[in-house]
Amino acid sequence: MFANDPVIYSRALMSLTFVFHIIFATIGVGIPVLIALAEWMGICRNDPHYTLMARRWTRGYVITVAVGVVSGTALGLQINLLWPNFMRIAGQAIGLPMFMEIFAFFFEAIFLGIYMYTWDRFKPKIHFLFIIPVVIGASCSALFITLVNSFMNAPQGFEIVDGIIGNVQPLKAMFTPASPTKVSHVLVSAYLTSAFIIAGSAAYALLKGKHHIYYKKVLNMTLFAAFVFAIATFLIGDLSGKYLAKYQPEKLAAGEWHFETMSHAPLIVGGILTETHEVKYGWKIPFALSVLAHGNPKSEVKGLNDFPADEIPPLWIHYTFDAMVGIGGYLTSIPLLFVLAFWFRKGNPYNKLLLAAIVIGGPLAMFAIEYGWIYAEVGRQPWILRGYMKTQQGATTSEHVGLLFVVFLALYVILGISCLRVLVKMFKNNTPEDELKLQNKESALK
Amino acid sequence: MNLEVVGITVLWTFLYGYLIVASIDFGAGFFSYYSYRTRKEHVIQNIIKRYLSPVWEVTNVFLIFFIVGIVGFFPDTAYYYGTALLVPGSVAIILLAIRGSYYAFNTYGIKSREIYAFLYGATGLLIPASLSTVLTISEGGYIEIQNGKILFQYNKLFLSLYSWSVVLLAIVSVLYISAMFLTFYAAKANDLPALEIVRRWALIWSAPTIFCSLIVFYSINLHNPGHYQHITDLSWMFACSFLFFLAAVYFVWKKKNYGLSFICVMVQFAFAFYGYGASHLPYLLYPYLSMYEHFTNQSMAVALIIAFLTGLLLLIPSLFLLMKLFLFNIRYVRGQMHPKGE
Ligand code: HDD
Ligand code: HEM
Ligand code: HEM
Repeated sequence: MFANDPVIYSRALMSLTFVFHIIFATIGVGIPVLIALAEWMGICRNDPHYTLMARRWTRGYVITVAVGVVSGTALGLQINLLWPNFMRIAGQAIGLPMFMEIFAFFFEAIFLGIYMYTWDRFKPKIHFLFIIPVVIGASCSALFITLVNSFMNAPQGFEIVDGIIGNVQPLKAMFTPASPTKVSHVLVSAYLTSAFIIAGSAAYALLKGKHHIYYKKVLNMTLFAAFVFAIATFLIGDLSGKYLAKYQPEKLAAGEWHFETMSHAPLIVGGILTETHEVKYGWKIPFALSVLAHGNPKSEVKGLNDFPADEIPPLWIHYTFDAMVGIGGYLTSIPLLFVLAFWFRKGNPYNKLLLAAIVIGGPLAMFAIEYGWIYAEVGRQPWILRGYMKTQQGATTSEHVGLLFVVFLALYVILGISCLRVLVKMFKNNTPEDELKLQNKESALK
Repeated sequence: MNLEVVGITVLWTFLYGYLIVASIDFGAGFFSYYSYRTRKEHVIQNIIKRYLSPVWEVTNVFLIFFIVGIVGFFPDTAYYYGTALLVPGSVAIILLAIRGSYYAFNTYGIKSREIYAFLYGATGLLIPASLSTVLTISEGGYIEIQNGKILFQYNKLFLSLYSWSVVLLAIVSVLYISAMFLTFYAAKANDLPALEIVRRWALIWSAPTIFCSLIVFYSINLHNPGHYQHITDLSWMFACSFLFFLAAVYFVWKKKNYGLSFICVMVQFAFAFYGYGASHLPYLLYPYLSMYEHFTNQSMAVALIIAFLTGLLLLIPSLFLLMKLFLFNIRYVRGQMHPKGE
């Protein structure tokens, strides 16, 4: 049964491609914002260090874009190939944002090409204008695809009569109750993660004994940005919890191992679940779940026992939720320490311990993204279209999916490793110190 | 015109766009590897790189546009084609993935290696071959429905004359279109040694294009006579296509009007491509999927078309800017600007 079940393999293959794509998609959404910020600072302060940041990051960015584009193309095809039954129903309602996403890609792709190859063809202020469509295009592609995902979580804007979909209202399907929190949380967390990854690489260089002022400028800029984004991520994450309590209470309850409907509900962190649904070794924070769900410690939170047994998501998502929130706390406190040390000139913001913590923050942020998505998507199970269609019904009936899984796994491993190697080589062979020296020489010649 | 026709025309137009820009790209990959092997790379690598670097990502979006668009306008295509294309589609994905990423690694990242050049060249021919099977499948005869389950007959596909003739035509056309474009680009760049080489390629690949088209006509008649009948009804379109082919080759032969010659190539393929498309209608997959019965609902169709028109308002000026900066800017084309801008 399991050995040749197309549904299991389809889920596995889809998850694999998502988990891979989302790494590059997150970078793809966040880095342009930082590039724009750096180029703008360079213009305002007339400081070539910032301009150099924008140039260097752009060069790395095109490499990750390439992998984002190919894994995204794989997703676009696989979504149709693996979920033909789902797409024929959902396509009727949700085609619009998917279609609009492509225009966002076009826009981004065109202007990225222009931006990249016109550094010396335009004045800095004009050249800066070309990064703006890239920022807009990247963020809009996240916006539109997340709208599709919101629809799967809170479908509306159509009716199903006798298995046939009718009375479709495209705009209502596009903007569902899930959209505001989902879109904003996805965007801000992508900005946060990108800022941390760059900060991490600068911190690594400083740890390695490089001491050029360039690295410190990178660190200051990205960590200040990360500080703002982290607080926003935290606040919007809290709002996402309130959305769940209202529209998808089973996801919230499964994430919190909350079985009995009750008021003054505690939040459980960590722990182990016994066969009889008792929580052992967990850490209970009194009233916290009620606060997360409704912003009021006395409010009532619906428990899992109120749902039919076959509509409850897997309970292990508790851990992915905890991991995301835990990392969220980490990613807020590290920039906070840095910013405090910087402003009040107490202690050294560039001390080794803090630098090491920043380096770790980069990969951790990416893990938070993965955990968040796993929580959100597995927490929707068994539904593919919540309340309307179960994942089982959506899948392909083809029998070759198992083999494809292995092939794609190999492909992503190879692509991932090559991409990393190319990036490392690229930045190592051409250090900022060298580039700055070269620039000075050139301007001396003029 | 009704909404169905608007929808399919929009999609077909983007597929035509993909056909042209992707052929240039795929063929360039092959020629670039070929020149590498024959130690002529220093002569033509430059023009190929200068054209491809800023635009390769845009090429890919044309394909995605078609896929997302066709499922948007005709959601049932996902159901019928999804099962059939799982394997060939995945092969195409993998080839596209290898090609795209190694191109980027090679161009923007570290110095070139022969293995990258080889992958880039080989995938350039294999991708059109695997994508063209979609058109083959759409003729019908390779998919069967038993007990509501869709079965795809691989052995039939592999043993059919029709399917191989389409593959052949796809590969040859890619080389022809690409060589014609490079001829135009080399002439524009005033790069005479390169022009010498690519002009010869263009001439070499011209006659086989027509020859392969004839084989395809012949085998369509064997495979799906009803469709062949529609093709003969539209024979004037194919005749026009042939006339533009003659004009294009004539200009290249006479070493003049290279720009006009490439426009003739585009018109040649436009006539053939739209002629083929029109004769195929109303079926998207013979005989299961027809564009009238399997269209999306009215409100979605209207929404999609409005989104499309708004999108075009953004897209056309941007594409125009891209072409102005990199295709029609003499100084850029001649390499008087450092291509990396660094
Ligand atoms: C750097 C990444 C990151 C960080 C630090 C956080 N999140 Fe998050 N979270 C995501 C990245 C993310 C995400 C990847 O963007 C998700 C996955 C699906 C989604 O909508 O956003 C997500 C989903 C998600 C959901 C599910 C939403 C849904 O299914 O509709 C909730 C309830 C939260 N988050 C709550 C929080 C809270 C209370 C945080 C406190 C710090 C938090 N997140 C930090
Ligand atoms: C917005 C970006 C999205 C991300 C990052 C994402 C992420 C994920 C992840 C991590 C899984 C794994 C769940 C598991 O292991 O069970 C998953 C499952 C799935 N997603 Fe999403 N998803 C997104 C949007 C979408 C969209 C737009 C669709 C379809 C139109 C979709 C369809 C599915 C399906 C069918 C599954 C399989 C269900 C399963 O695995 O049980 N997702 N997704
Ligand atoms: C939060 C989730 C997602 C985000 C933020 C996201 C974002 C992006 C971005 C930014 C790119 C372009 C890479 C670049 O140019 O930088 C991209 C590519 C792509 N994504 Fe995703 N994506 C997400 C999930 C998905 C899902 C669920 C699908 C499938 C329906 C998808 C389909 C695609 C496709 C088809 C491309 C390639 C487009 C091209 O050829 O340029 N993405 N994605």
